[in-house]
Order: sequence, then C-alpha cells, then structure tokens
Amino acid sequence: MTTTPGEPGLLDHANWTVRPSAAHRGLDRAVAVVVWSVAAAITLVFAWLVGSIVWRGAGEISWGYLTGPVLDAGRGGGIGPVLVSTLLILLVCLAVSVPLGLGTAILLAEFSPRQNRFGRLVRRSLDVLAGVPSIVFGLFGNAFFCVWLGMGFSIVSGGLTLACMVLPILIRATEEGFRSVPDDYRLAAAALGMSRTAAIRHLLLPAAVPGLVVGLVLGIGRALAETAALIFTSGYVTRMPESLWDSGRSLSIHIFDLSMNAAGGNDRAHAAALVLIVLLLALNGAASWMAHRWLHRQVMTA
Amino acid sequence: MLVRLLRLCAGLSAMIVLVIVAFLVRESLPAWRSVGLARFVTDASWHPAPDASEGTFNLLPMIVGTLLTTAGAVLLAGPLGIASALFCRYYAPPMLARPYRMMIELLAGIPSVVYGFWGLVVLVPIIAGIAQPGASLLAGILILSLMILPTIALVADAAIGSVPQESLQAAAALGLSRWGTMAGVVLPAARSGLLTAVILATMRALGETMAVLMVCGNVVQLPGSLFAPVRTLTANIALEMAYAMGDHRSALFVSGLLLMGLVALLVAAAEIASRTRPSLRQA
Amino acid sequence: MPVIWNGLSVAFAVLVLCCGIACTPGASSSQAENTNGSHLSGRLTLTGSSTIAPLMAEIGRAFEAQHPDVRIDVQTGGSSRGVADCRSGLADIGMVSRALKEDEQDLQPFPVAKDGICIIVHQDNPVRELTDEQIVAIYTGSIDNWKDVGGSDGEITVVNKAQGRSTLELFLHYFHLNNTDVAADVVIGDNEQGIKTVAGNPQAIGYVSIGTAEFDAGQGVPIALLPIGGIPAGTAAVAEGRFPLSRPLNLVTREEPTGLAATFIEFARSSDVHDLIRKQSFVPLAE
Repeated sequence: MTTTPGEPGLLDHANWTVRPSAAHRGLDRAVAVVVWSVAAAITLVFAWLVGSIVWRGAGEISWGYLTGPVLDAGRGGGIGPVLVSTLLILLVCLAVSVPLGLGTAILLAEFSPRQNRFGRLVRRSLDVLAGVPSIVFGLFGNAFFCVWLGMGFSIVSGGLTLACMVLPILIRATEEGFRSVPDDYRLAAAALGMSRTAAIRHLLLPAAVPGLVVGLVLGIGRALAETAALIFTSGYVTRMPESLWDSGRSLSIHIFDLSMNAAGGNDRAHAAALVLIVLLLALNGAASWMAHRWLHRQVMTA
Repeated sequence: MLVRLLRLCAGLSAMIVLVIVAFLVRESLPAWRSVGLARFVTDASWHPAPDASEGTFNLLPMIVGTLLTTAGAVLLAGPLGIASALFCRYYAPPMLARPYRMMIELLAGIPSVVYGFWGLVVLVPIIAGIAQPGASLLAGILILSLMILPTIALVADAAIGSVPQESLQAAAALGLSRWGTMAGVVLPAARSGLLTAVILATMRALGETMAVLMVCGNVVQLPGSLFAPVRTLTANIALEMAYAMGDHRSALFVSGLLLMGLVALLVAAAEIASRTRPSLRQA
Repeated sequence: MPVIWNGLSVAFAVLVLCCGIACTPGASSSQAENTNGSHLSGRLTLTGSSTIAPLMAEIGRAFEAQHPDVRIDVQTGGSSRGVADCRSGLADIGMVSRALKEDEQDLQPFPVAKDGICIIVHQDNPVRELTDEQIVAIYTGSIDNWKDVGGSDGEITVVNKAQGRSTLELFLHYFHLNNTDVAADVVIGDNEQGIKTVAGNPQAIGYVSIGTAEFDAGQGVPIALLPIGGIPAGTAAVAEGRFPLSRPLNLVTREEPTGLAATFIEFARSSDVHDLIRKQSFVPLAE
C-alpha cells in the first residue's frame, strides 16, 4: 500500500493526540517554507521556459502547419513529415525496448538476488550503457546500424539506436518499481500456491506499475528529446517517409536545425518546440492511462 | 521456461553495452598507439591534429570541466529534486499535486536543444551582465541542474510514495513531527530509490551534450572561477567529431571511453555505498 | 499472458530485425536509376557541410518536383564527412563549404554558390570599423578592451569557431594566424550559435557566414556587420567579387558524375535555382 498523493492528513500533526514539541513544530514550519519555495521556484522557471516558447511559437501553429510539408528549409510550410517521422521512430524504439526492458527488469528484480552473478553482470552493463553520451550513441548507431547492418540513414536505425539509449532508464525504473513491492505480496502468493509466473502477472506487475510508468515517461521523454544520436542515424531529410527504411528527421533535429543552423528560423523553432511539448503531454497521458487500465488491478483493498 | 525467456532478454540488453565498448575500443586504438596514455594528461594544450606528432592532446582541462559541471549540477538538483518530491507527496493539496507532477514530467521531456537555446539567449546574457563572458561553468551548472531535476524529482517521488503506510502510522503513533517523520522514516526507507534517482541524474548530466555545448563557452582551460568558460568531454566530441580525421578522431573516441569509465566508477561507488549502510528494516 | 507476450514480443522484434536486415536496400548510395529518355528515377544521397545542407534540401525538393520518381536525401555531418563519405561511396555527392585542399584533389568540385565571412559585433557597440591589424590583435589577446579601439570601456569577449570548421580555417588563413595563437573567450559550433552569442552580449565580437548575418540583421537581431579591408560586408560585395573573405560552396564527387548525379548537379548549377540560393542568403555564381 502506498501513500496516495495529497493525503497529508496522516502527517498533519493537528490530527494526532500526541503532539510534537514546540521546537519540532518550529522546524516543521521552516521545512514547510523551504519545500514550498522550492516548488514555487521550479514552477516559476518552468513558466518562464514554457512561456517563452509559447509566446514566440504559438502564432505559427495552425492545422496547415501540423500537416503541411516542410518548405524553405523549415522556415515556411509545416512539420507534417517531421511529426510522422518522429512518431515512427518512437514506435520502433518502444516496440523493441519495452518488451526487452520489462523482461530484463523482471529477471533482475524477481529472479536474481543481489549476489547472483548473472544479475550483477547485467546490471553493471546497463549502468554503463546509461552513461554513454548521446553523441557516442549517434556514432555507434551510424557505424553499426547504418553501415555494418546496411540499414542506411533510416527511421529503423534511429529507432534502434534510441532503444539502446532508453533501455537502461526503463529497466532501472521498472526494477525499482518491482523492488518496492513489499515481500508480503510474494509470501502471500506463495502461501496461496500461486506459481511464480502467475504471481508476477497478477500481483507484482500491477503493484509495480508506478515504477513502470515512471520508466516509460522518462524513456519517452529522453527519446523525443534526443538530437545528437538521431542526426547520424535517422538523418536530416524533410520528406514524408514512405517506409520505415526511409530517412526522416525527428522533431528535435528540426528544432536544432532551425535554431542553430538556418538563419531566421527562431520563431519556427519555438513553434516546433511547442508542438513537441504538447506531443509529450499527450504521450505521457496515454502511457499513464494504458498502464493503469491494462496492468493495474487492485488485488488488495487499501 | 519463463526464466529462460527472461535471461534471453537480459542477455540481449547486456550485449548491447559490450558491442558499444568494443566499437569504442576499436576506434580509439590508433590514438592509444600513437599518442599514448601519458600525453593525454601532460601535453601543453588541446590542439589535436590528424597526425599524433603534430598536435597536442591534453584532455585534463576537459575532464575537470566535465566533473565540475556534473558535480555542481547534482549538488544543486539533488536536494531540490527531493524537496520537490516531498512537496508532491506530503505538502501539496490533492488538486495541486497532480498538475505539479504533470509539470515535472513535462520538464523531463523538453529537448536538451530547447534548454540550451533558452540558456543561450536568456541565461548567458544575464550572467554576462555579472561577469564576462557569460557562457561559463555557472551557466552549465544551472542548465544541467534544471535538466536533471525532473529525473530526480520523478524517481524520488515514486520511491517516497512506496514507503509503506504502516511506517507512517508508526511514526504518528510515536508522536514524531512531520519533519521528524520525513527525515527519520520516509527518506531512509526510500533510500534505495533516492540513490537510483541521483545515479540516473548524474549519468544524464555526464552524458549531456547539446545544452552544455551552447552555454559553457567551450574554451579548453581549467576554470579559474565559476564565471570562466569550460569545455566538457561531450561537447568536445560534438564540436570536433565531424571534422576530425586520423589520430584526432581516435583521440575523441578515447575521451568517449573515458566518459564511460567515469560512469562505471560512479556506479561502483554507489553500489558500495548502498551495501555498507544498515537497512531500515531490522528484524 | 504478459509473460508469454513478453517472450513473443522479443521473438517478434528479433524476427522483424532479421527480416529487415534480409531485405535492406543496401548501402545508402544505391542508385537504382533508370534513365530511359528523360524519365529519371532513383535515389541520391548527399552528406557534408551543415551550412549547405538547407540549401541542397531546397534544391533537392525542387528537383523532385520536376522528376517525381527521384529521391534526393540530404544528410549533415560537416565538410570533412562529406569528403570522407564521398570517397568511401557512402554518399553519392559530398557537400563541402570551402575550396578543396591539396590532399583532396582526387575529388571533383562543382561550386554551386558563394558565401563570405564577416566580423560581427553587437548593435550597441559604437565601434563600426576595425583594421586587419586590430582584428588580429583582438583575437590574439594583445588588445583586450574596447576603449583601445575606439569603443566604450569594457572587456572584449572574443568568439571563435571550433577547430576544423571551414569558417575558422578561412578566417585563420586570411589573417595569417594559427589556431594556437587565438585567445578565445567563447568557442562556438554553428553560425547561429555565434550570432546568438554576439547578439546577447554587447561586448562580444565574432565571425560568421555573411549570408546568415545579413539575413538576421535584416530581421532585427541586434548585430552589426563590420567591413573588412574597408569593403562593407554584404552579399552584394561577395557577388561582385570584391569582398576579401569569400568561399565557394562545393558539391564534390569521386569520379566524373553520370546519369542522375550529373543531371542533378547540372540542375543545382543552373539559373533555375538562383532564387533558391538567394533565399538562403548565399550568392549565386554568375554564369
């Protein structure tokens, strides 16, 4: 059972019969001030950042912008092909990394006590993988997927490279989700005679969902935000992709090109950034909804 | 059957790293041979050339740059992220907590290009007003901490949220103050999740390329102050890889290997730290 | 069951991967071209300079509009990558934003446009002219305050380009400097980064592509272009050939181009694309 957000009642000492001393209450108040100021500061910076994006970019957005072809090196027309490429890249990335990541996380959390050699090897490898800079992934992706496997500059190459990047985040957060499920669940399942598989599927997986969702959100966020890795793998082309083997630029590369390379592309860069943020909101919402609808079943009442 | 399938998944995941390391090692071999380990720290400066004998290959200022920006960012974002998670779970009224968390999730997905761009046109001029040139170690630390804050906040939030209700009830029964409960019960219980959060964030900061490229100034030097420009290893690779040939290119792969080594070290240190501390749950 | 689903998904993903590898179109430079009569088809891949990439993307689009079965893919990666990919066959045509060097003479250059490099300062900076010696002194660090060159009191923030960039090489070549002599305060990558750095700092000085600077200044970005050797900076001066710091924008191929590549290069050098070139703030070559 977890604390649901916004239930401060339990920690609100006004409800308790045994009250802490005055000194502790003073400290409590000080901490409350600090925490509220931190949250306010973060919100302020966020408003500043997103505000400037909305301010400069909102004027360019229209249905034609979202679906139209890219003209004048991005300074005219729309971002239709770029959006399609981005979504396809994300799809390939998730199709590969979610099954792989979930399987690995379950293995690490449920089947490998910390001393297990295989589990430790996998975990160390993933930690190192998580630290590889995105530009190295770009070079690796180019050399491995584009050249050696012969896929060329394509959406598939980009998606696979991103899958490599996103995997450690997904696995780590999901594993954390599994580890946070109290052992009572597993003991109760064993007592009921449930098989390991059934216990995982019906009991632990739903309970570990918060970790999984965090992993998904962070993973999608990282994937969408990636620039350096994709420039060398899925490429720079602005045409509507006709297959997964076509090259197509992602939204973040489009933003990079407009803000850092093409002259006079600032407002367009902001507009594209705004679209990216909205896309992110939608994908996060969908990820949350899917996870809670399909996997999250309350077995025990709170 | 299940275990075998899962092992296949895990094996595949682990193999990716091996392939990448093999690739890096292969590409950096020419530099190891012609430049040699010593020159990477003793050469006069970083002015590489395709031929090892013509250029200088001192990586030390950039290593320091990477370490300083990462350390600064984590030191700044760590407490802020945990405070943010505590806010979301224990201080925010229900109507505020959900939009707040959504806002943090959104911050997590903003591309580094946007952060870098915002840093370049908003933050750097402000810092330039205090001390030239504006693009500096400080700008890098601020932007990086802004970027890793959501990671820490979200993972910490999930960790804090999974502290069992019973622990909180026990604390209430003992008459602990709110801060006492958080410091004495919640944070220690969530320690493994918090450590995960900080590790993930540190690794993100180490590997960040685009944003630091835009705001750090990219001058290869040991920074004399917070306002001095620095160049990180990642920004160096991004700036020079496209134009590097021969030994210069291999030297860049050496710096890539170095980064991975730093990450491996960090992770090992974190593992040791988490193993030696006593657990909250004692029989 | 999600567990079997997991295993199946892994198997499926691996299967897709294998199928994909089996039927990949091969290296990106496949030219399945078919030039019966005037009907062209096939795919061309261009890689190289990020300066020329937006222009070639536009020219490629115009070419595709005329020949619906042709695909022109433009990728970036820098001039040196353009040269390397062209030599190795990974790209059909390379994009190089400078003249070819002595060790690159095995490639064939086809200039499509001209560009220049100019010095920029912030609009609020009263200094509007610098001699070549002053520029050298500023970049090597001997002059470090604006009041020494006729401006207000303030530290000069020198913006230099990263090593290996064509713009840097041209700048160093013209002023007879080595990169080791330059005492930079900020090092930047692409042109726009330089412009934004200077536009945000009244004490900065830097150098960027003329076309980009001219375009941005026209849009209201607070920068000013300084003349070099007395000649005012602008695409007009570059077009007339008077501006000292100019460079050709080249397409390069490994051998004499044939078929689709030849037709495309010819198109890129024709007067049909002059307005596209001007829109990207470069200077068309006078035929």
